[in-house]
Amino acid sequence: MLQDKDRVFTNIYGMHDRTLAGAKSRGHWDGTGNLVGLGRDRIIEIVKASGLRGRGGAGFPTGLKWSFMPREGDGRPSYLVVNADESEPGTCKDREILRHDPHTLIEGCLIASFAMGAHVCYIYIRGEYIREREALQAAVDECYDNGLLGRNAARSGWDFDLYLTHGAGAYICGEETALLESLEGKKGMPRMKPPFPAGAGLYGCPTTVNNVESIAVVPTILRRGAAWFAGFGRPNNSGTKLFAISGHVNTPCVVEEEMSIPFDVLIDRHCGGIRGGWDNLKAVIPGGSSVPCLPAGLMRKDALMDFDWLREQHSGLGTAAVIVLDQSTDIIKAIWRLSAFYKHESCGQCTPCREGTGWMMRVMDRLVKGTAEIEEIDMLLDVTKQVEGHTICALGDAAAWPIQGLIRHFRDEIEDRITHRRGTTIAAE
Amino acid sequence: MLRRLHPDQPERFTFTPANQAWAEAQITKYPEGRQASAIVPLLWRAQEQEGWLTRPAIEYVCDMLGMAHIRGLEVATFYFMFQLQPVGAVAHIQVCGTTSCMICGAEDLVGVCRDKIARHPHQISADGKFSWEEVECLGACANAPMAQIGKDYYEDLTATRLGRIIDGMAAGKIPTPGPQNGRYASEPASGLTSLKDHATGKDSLNISARRARDIGDTIKRIDGTEVPLVANWGKQSGGTAAKDPARPAPGASN
Repeated sequence: MLQDKDRVFTNIYGMHDRTLAGAKSRGHWDGTGNLVGLGRDRIIEIVKASGLRGRGGAGFPTGLKWSFMPREGDGRPSYLVVNADESEPGTCKDREILRHDPHTLIEGCLIASFAMGAHVCYIYIRGEYIREREALQAAVDECYDNGLLGRNAARSGWDFDLYLTHGAGAYICGEETALLESLEGKKGMPRMKPPFPAGAGLYGCPTTVNNVESIAVVPTILRRGAAWFAGFGRPNNSGTKLFAISGHVNTPCVVEEEMSIPFDVLIDRHCGGIRGGWDNLKAVIPGGSSVPCLPAGLMRKDALMDFDWLREQHSGLGTAAVIVLDQSTDIIKAIWRLSAFYKHESCGQCTPCREGTGWMMRVMDRLVKGTAEIEEIDMLLDVTKQVEGHTICALGDAAAWPIQGLIRHFRDEIEDRITHRRGTTIAAE
Repeated sequence: MLRRLHPDQPERFTFTPANQAWAEAQITKYPEGRQASAIVPLLWRAQEQEGWLTRPAIEYVCDMLGMAHIRGLEVATFYFMFQLQPVGAVAHIQVCGTTSCMICGAEDLVGVCRDKIARHPHQISADGKFSWEEVECLGACANAPMAQIGKDYYEDLTATRLGRIIDGMAAGKIPTPGPQNGRYASEPASGLTSLKDHATGKDSLNISARRARDIGDTIKRIDGTEVPLVANWGKQSGGTAAKDPARPAPGASN
């Protein structure tokens, strides 16, 4: 069981002192100048050795991503952009960092920016997180007043400015290139890659976009060593992780646990078990709305909450946003709601996504009502495959996967509903 | 989704002096020549001031940033938080309807809005005080179901509780935001399972609710005087966009 002394986020519920002094008393901002003094190569080496994989959903190794930033300047500035546009349905972990433990993030921004040669960092927060933005800005102001940001930040010898900005309710801006477009003052439509942001990102300059949690864990990794972080979880899935559990558990919560924790342990330890007991479990969406759901049978025991195990089940850890659905749930409707979400949030740039999300939602609507034909299930599956992989960004994939998961595991239920409906319609005639 | 400007638009828009100062400070966050980056925060402040985003406001902000009006219109119609039509005079209620909230009772909350406010989303109530809409995931899923009212999240709601909140606001009161079932933040409702040492001596409210209570601006139309302007960051640019004589003065096109 992860102990408090091994938790990175020691004020995630905001119950401790929320000021800079409080953060310092919990060990943050301790010898930050020395951490920067490790030098660029050493920092990246430690982050790589820690096994940290990006916490924003894709799970790309963070240290490796940083190493893509150009070493030699060509006159263009480099930027770190922190993706705090947390909008994946089910995900509410970064919110708690932003408002209650902001110094982990601010200190991480300084160190990460130094490691990639950036003197400027922008944090892009979703527009709806207004109090979170205010709380973070207050923490940033406090850091400026105390010399932790600005010239010779934290006496590290590195000049560093940190700016907060925000979006206005577009899920797509969580995609890194759409975020950059939005940050440049445009509609948040994803860019073609290549060029990748490390080559030409914000304002055409070398840029790295990282999730809040990925950056916020870095100072603690450097302080305690790569081996400490890598000691949690299975190889290739290391570290501690914020899990956000919502839906039909007795006590939904956000909690930091070790990676690869078995699903049943996570739920029993922190969430008071499944509502109505484990026999009442129907399905789990283990990593935010984009990943396919998994049926109760797979999740009841020996289900490991990490990147690799969930991928082997044709799902994913995503943002570690766990949505639990019990037997009272209309699973077809639950997935239909996600289809409606993706239709609403498609930026409209690529035809397969713009048209496909609406098409999929309308067929899902008829599956919920049972008014579709049996053959349409396969037709829908076929359309999801035509959307998947045929768009500039991954929103098309994200819209396709929940439906594929539904059909993979709950085809019987869809068919039953159609058959039953047809039965009742005929009987009524 | 089709988003169009409202047919009835006011004559003009100007920021209040304090909002103008705030807006000019935001521009300094970005390098010279990149002032357009400030458009979303500035449009948002215009909406906070007026309640909804008007055509003159969009044009005013574009002029401030040296942008063509069409670029501002693109942004205003792309981002869903911009209300392109008038909203209730007291509050616009945004109920999260995405899956986590849906399976925890969001449909009942929408039902309350339909009964108490108006049949359709974005329709203003008969007394002019409220409007509502169902929005996509607001990122407070461990506190589902929830709704955003003004600047604040009201979490762990029930239909009854939301009804009382609306009644309270209609009567001029602002119920304390945050979890409505006695929870502090996003910890397990039955008690802490981690970080138990911090349970004693804590503030009575989580930081979101604390700020809301202290500032008292949950559903207020923002004029910029609510909190002192702090802009102690390093200046990327001089923030001169608005003062550059080569550019039209703010609001000049109105």
